[in-house]
Amino acid sequence: MTSAPPALRRTPLFAEHVEAGAKLVEFAGWEMPVQYDGVREEHMAVREAAGIFDVSHMGEIETSGPQALELLQRLLSNDISKIAPGGAQYSVLCREDGGVLDDLFTYRLEVDRYLTVTNAANHLADFAWFESVAADFPDAHVSDRIDEWAMMAVQGPLAREMVQAGADGPLPERMSTGLRRISGEEVLVCATGYTGEEGVELLCSPEHAPRLWSALVRRGARPAGLGARDTLRLEACFHLYGNELSTERGPIEAGLGWCCKEDTGFIGAEAVRAARESGPTEKLVAFEIEGAGIARQGNAVAGGGEVTSGTLSPCLERGIGMAYVPAERSAVGTQLEIDVRGRTREARIVEKPFVQKRA
Amino acid sequence: MAQASYPDDLLYHAEHDWARIDPDDESQATLGITWYAQDSLGEVVFFDPPASGTTVTKDSPYTEVESVKAVSDVIAPLSGEIVAVNEALRDNPATINEDPYGEGWLVKVRLSDPSERESLMDARTYQGTLDG
Repeated sequence: MTSAPPALRRTPLFAEHVEAGAKLVEFAGWEMPVQYDGVREEHMAVREAAGIFDVSHMGEIETSGPQALELLQRLLSNDISKIAPGGAQYSVLCREDGGVLDDLFTYRLEVDRYLTVTNAANHLADFAWFESVAADFPDAHVSDRIDEWAMMAVQGPLAREMVQAGADGPLPERMSTGLRRISGEEVLVCATGYTGEEGVELLCSPEHAPRLWSALVRRGARPAGLGARDTLRLEACFHLYGNELSTERGPIEAGLGWCCKEDTGFIGAEAVRAARESGPTEKLVAFEIEGAGIARQGNAVAGGGEVTSGTLSPCLERGIGMAYVPAERSAVGTQLEIDVRGRTREARIVEKPFVQKRA
Repeated sequence: MAQASYPDDLLYHAEHDWARIDPDDESQATLGITWYAQDSLGEVVFFDPPASGTTVTKDSPYTEVESVKAVSDVIAPLSGEIVAVNEALRDNPATINEDPYGEGWLVKVRLSDPSERESLMDARTYQGTLDG
């Protein structure tokens, strides 16, 4: 007798997705919309106007208390002391050997209160890690806030204007955060995003999420699913944990040395310092396919390396992707041969990102 | 194609593929994917036809269609040798979504064992296998 698999979790916006006719798929244990009208249409809506994504499946960890800063310096790769109250910062979470556990955004809500947003697939492991390290910091308190927040991202050239129209005050500037009232509800507005466009990520209580979502959709934000979220971030050359990032490699190979400040003494700093000083043996590059074909995660690169992500770029209308290749073969302009399911496709390493919208 | 449809003159395979036996020559058939298959895939963005002369084997994959997110195998409903491929799909792969039974045909085959058709379903039976 087989037991039924655990039911998938649903976000506070599930009914909205069903009503909009979304195609729902399993993602990290959640039942999520992969698309509504179509990945390419949603992608272009974000590039040209504004799209709205339900990202409530992502996790939130709150760190507070007099030792909050110290604890986060120990956990996160970046220099947390550089985040002013109301600021936002990207970092990675590493193991002792430098392997990447997750990539995260941390927002400083108050002097001693921070909110870290985790990837859905890693949230439970991240929280367990935070708790175990917090044992050494008695005046820091960590709590799992995933059930207290719904989150939606409004992204695109018209996104800020659409959200501003319902807000009781000017929205935070890029890479800042602050509480605002939007459509009558209290919302934590984070001027960050994962698409390469202007926009904001909005955190609100689960009870208020459907109303906020509907208000923004009425104002013209086009519902967009995980399919478009992936093509947008790939065009912008943002990393996806499980593709570009994993415990197998450190941040230096991934090109994330910029968010690592070894002098802050984070877990893994020594390994990262060593990789930085000796130079990594592999580097993450962006490539375009020359001609037909779409490379996919896992495709081997001739001469060493592998594709981490690949798709058809809706903006460029050709196959694009990222791959780890030997450091000596990572210069822009290098020709690559990629084995796509038994067929060799020619590709060329290009500058990141593929699509650059914001200055 | 907005509305689900499953023409009566076709034979259907459980892996969401169809075969149209040539009314003038029962040893020839046209193959493609069903409305259900193209709907599940989403927009087809890439189709690289197999070569004429390739052998296809019933119940085995003989080609692929690609959406933005993923590559999907296409299963042969019948066995035989490919005698024609739909080259127009190279430039317009979305035709597979728009007209899966007409302009979106994938290959034509000379059947090696026409009696294999007995194992395929008619439109009504196939529809019965689909989710409500």
